[in-house]
Amino acid sequence: MQLHKKALWNLQLEGNNQVKKMKIKSLFTSDYGMFWVLIALCLFFSLITFEEQQPEGVEAAERLVDKIDAFFDRPQNVIVAGKAGEEGEAFASKTHELLIDRGWKVVGLVNGGPPELGKTIRSAFEENSKVALLACEKALEKLSVLENLRNSNSRIKEMKIMSPQSFGWPNFLKSSNLLNVANQIAVIAILAIGMTMVIITAGIDLSVGSLIAFSAVLCCWIIRDLMGGMEASVWGMIIACLLTMIACGGIGAFSGSMVAFFRVPAFVASLGIMMVASGFAYMLSGGLSIYQLPDSFDWLGRGDDLFGIPNAVVLMITLYFGAQIIMSRTIVGRYIYAVGGNAEAARLSGVPVKKVLVWVYATSGALAGLGGIVMASQFKSGDPKYGLMYELYVIAAVVVGGTSLSGGKGKVFGTLIGAFIIAVIQNGMNLTGVQSYTQKVVLGAVLLFAVLLDTFKKKA
Amino acid sequence: MPKLLSLRSISKRFPGVHALKSVDFEVCAGECVALLGENGAGKSTLIKVLGGAHAPDDGLIELDGEEVNFSNPNDSLSAGIAVIYQEFNLVPELSAAENIFLGIEPIDFGFVKRRQQFQKAREILTRLGAKIDPNRKCELLTIAEKQLVEIAKAMVRDARILIMDEPSAALTNKEVEQLYQLVDELKSEDIAVVYVSHRLEEVERLADRAVVMRDGERVGELQKTEIKKSKIIEMMVGRSMDAEFPANVRNPGSVRFRVKDLSRGDQVRKVSFELRGGEILALTGLVGAGRTEAVRLLFGADRFESGSIELDGVRINPRNPREAIIQGICLLTEDRKDQGLVLCLSVRDNFSLPNLEKFSRYGWLNGTKEDASYRDYEKSIRIKCSEAGQLVRHLSGGNQQKVVLAKWLERNAEVLIFDEPTRGIDVGAKYEIYEWMNRLADQGKCILMISSELPEVLGMSDRILVMREGSVVGEVENSDAVTQESLMELAIGGK
Repeated sequence: MQLHKKALWNLQLEGNNQVKKMKIKSLFTSDYGMFWVLIALCLFFSLITFEEQQPEGVEAAERLVDKIDAFFDRPQNVIVAGKAGEEGEAFASKTHELLIDRGWKVVGLVNGGPPELGKTIRSAFEENSKVALLACEKALEKLSVLENLRNSNSRIKEMKIMSPQSFGWPNFLKSSNLLNVANQIAVIAILAIGMTMVIITAGIDLSVGSLIAFSAVLCCWIIRDLMGGMEASVWGMIIACLLTMIACGGIGAFSGSMVAFFRVPAFVASLGIMMVASGFAYMLSGGLSIYQLPDSFDWLGRGDDLFGIPNAVVLMITLYFGAQIIMSRTIVGRYIYAVGGNAEAARLSGVPVKKVLVWVYATSGALAGLGGIVMASQFKSGDPKYGLMYELYVIAAVVVGGTSLSGGKGKVFGTLIGAFIIAVIQNGMNLTGVQSYTQKVVLGAVLLFAVLLDTFKKKA
Repeated sequence: MPKLLSLRSISKRFPGVHALKSVDFEVCAGECVALLGENGAGKSTLIKVLGGAHAPDDGLIELDGEEVNFSNPNDSLSAGIAVIYQEFNLVPELSAAENIFLGIEPIDFGFVKRRQQFQKAREILTRLGAKIDPNRKCELLTIAEKQLVEIAKAMVRDARILIMDEPSAALTNKEVEQLYQLVDELKSEDIAVVYVSHRLEEVERLADRAVVMRDGERVGELQKTEIKKSKIIEMMVGRSMDAEFPANVRNPGSVRFRVKDLSRGDQVRKVSFELRGGEILALTGLVGAGRTEAVRLLFGADRFESGSIELDGVRINPRNPREAIIQGICLLTEDRKDQGLVLCLSVRDNFSLPNLEKFSRYGWLNGTKEDASYRDYEKSIRIKCSEAGQLVRHLSGGNQQKVVLAKWLERNAEVLIFDEPTRGIDVGAKYEIYEWMNRLADQGKCILMISSELPEVLGMSDRILVMREGSVVGEVENSDAVTQESLMELAIGGK
């Protein structure tokens, strides 16, 4: 009986192990296996960029006042000092406000460099017999002017100096850095939506990089020459953007027609369009950057109207949700997968294969146009040199995201993950001071790893 | 007789399928064992285990009483086991001799001794009774000749066990007879032959023993004297079948579908016929007679150059399959894997593909409606799969054909064209497909069935068209007076 039980137990254990093995394996080979890679990368870069952080602004003020509350049992005279600039002023005024609330007497308030600080301290000690505390930012604490004053005057030496407590936090995980990562990848990620669809139909679109340049130049050119340049209205700019996207969509539809109707290999068709579009961009701009634009043109690329999230990132996320819905919930989406899986079987099942192909390339073109507009807005100018080699990063994002180059398989959100993997690696290496040459090597290796994973998936 | 090779409780699992469940199998020198079973019964997996293409999860393989492990096809080949798959393993650009000696070329100082290779190849081909020039490129050989080259390849490697997967499937009758003689000769040279086949007649003729498999299990074995078609069918499907074809009484109505002088190049020449509602019309002839080419014109897969098509009095001219489908014509292609299904999509998605408009509004899919509709067919057609999201690639041939049938049933077409509807599928699924064809005819649909299997043609159709070299050469009402021989005469054109 005992033996029997034990055997049963072993059997169960074995079963569990097997399940575990299967799980780990399927984790990486599943559709969103790359998600875990992304998480691992984030953890890695968080660990190696962990550093002492100085709080700033209002947050610093709150931390400092907490510290003061704990140290002093009664309110006294105090000097408040912050650095010059916006953050420093926010710190000083908040500290000032909180200390007054607690009954402190603020005998000096200063924002600025060593001379201003020295002046304020001296005059405060001339007017008052005793000042108990200098509440200042960390950067001011170590100034030599402070040291000199303390050595010259014993009353000043008695004054306590306090600054906000520092704390440990990874540079990578700072919200400003994360938003920066998202903002920098936005253009590539937007293009990658169209590329994902194209690659799912077993095609490729090499023209998207040049279309960025073409679109940026065209959009800026329309605004400068047709919409009144610096004085262009908001509607003028919107119309310019729409016209640009239509033009890029048209170019995409043209390469799609070459693929669908004349059976030109997608690689060659889009290679041709890539050169043509780049040439157009140079012709239109005369090789120079177009910058005669209204100030508000940078709204899309630099604005952050929704909880401080950059507008480009909001646009990117919205597009991804839209694309996911198209791919999973509409006829067009189903047709795209069918065409990529087996074009002949799809045709014999009544799928309008040629229309689907034209639609897909047109969408890719239009999204490349939108990417170009975002980029023009980020730099507030249109330049024919934009988007150089971007097609390769876009394809890398799609492949890393798990879309199979042989068609029929892939997920839009996989591509978003792929784009973020590339962005996180780039950002992480920037933060840790890795040379840009080395970065290329690492990105190339990541791409190869992703393709290897794809072949393992096929075997599994 | 001593056992040459024996497999003991071999098991093999694939994701979602238990392909082999503790299967025993043994072969003695100089005997021919037939391996039978429905599609998906596990025959192919068993062969692949023998050939080293799959490693078994469990069980052991003994050769001459000693345990062996095959981790790749080379291992089993060097142990004397040669497998000839349906898709041949030949390099088309190389000559017959080069293919025969591929990897074991006679070599002097790094150079191939071409002369010796040529002579040896000719010797062995002659021994096999093949009149093939060893210098001829393999892409120029006929299927039967390629098969002989494969057998020769096995012979020069001193194979003691030859495994053949449906070797007669693509051969002409004369070639099949030669193949039978060759098997007899191999046996007399003490070579064991494992013969996988769907054609039960040839099993009766060839096999010393028949092993029957079902659902990954070995269900039994028949000795030579016990091998009877009815008995085999009973074991394969697990129930006794009254007849190979379901009984039917049909009363075809008026003419609904009219095809007149349809032509395209040399392949289809002035094909005309009429099809009544509730009628099954069989279109037969030899492979290459232009049958598939003709129906592709009806379906808009190719454009016709002249002629006309009329459905219910309305002239139609489909420019592409999409238009034909909208007009109410559908085609179940002969080649399911390349033309009928998108293998990397799920069962459900394949089912929905021609019906998406029905399941959607303004281009938005209604998943619930789609799933519900699929469930109906899954039950009524009895598609065996673990879930609707399963990839259609993983289904057996019979189940794949059922998915194809389901998608067109949902489309509710008026004219259904079945191109070799039962090729490569098992007896049970075959019967069900026949039942569906009868049911559709009873609903008044027009059914056109292309088939090379004459028993099927005679068993199912009301009327028979015979094609030869692109033209219709005969049309006969199906009755007891029509025989396989008379149809074959028409198809071949002999007297």
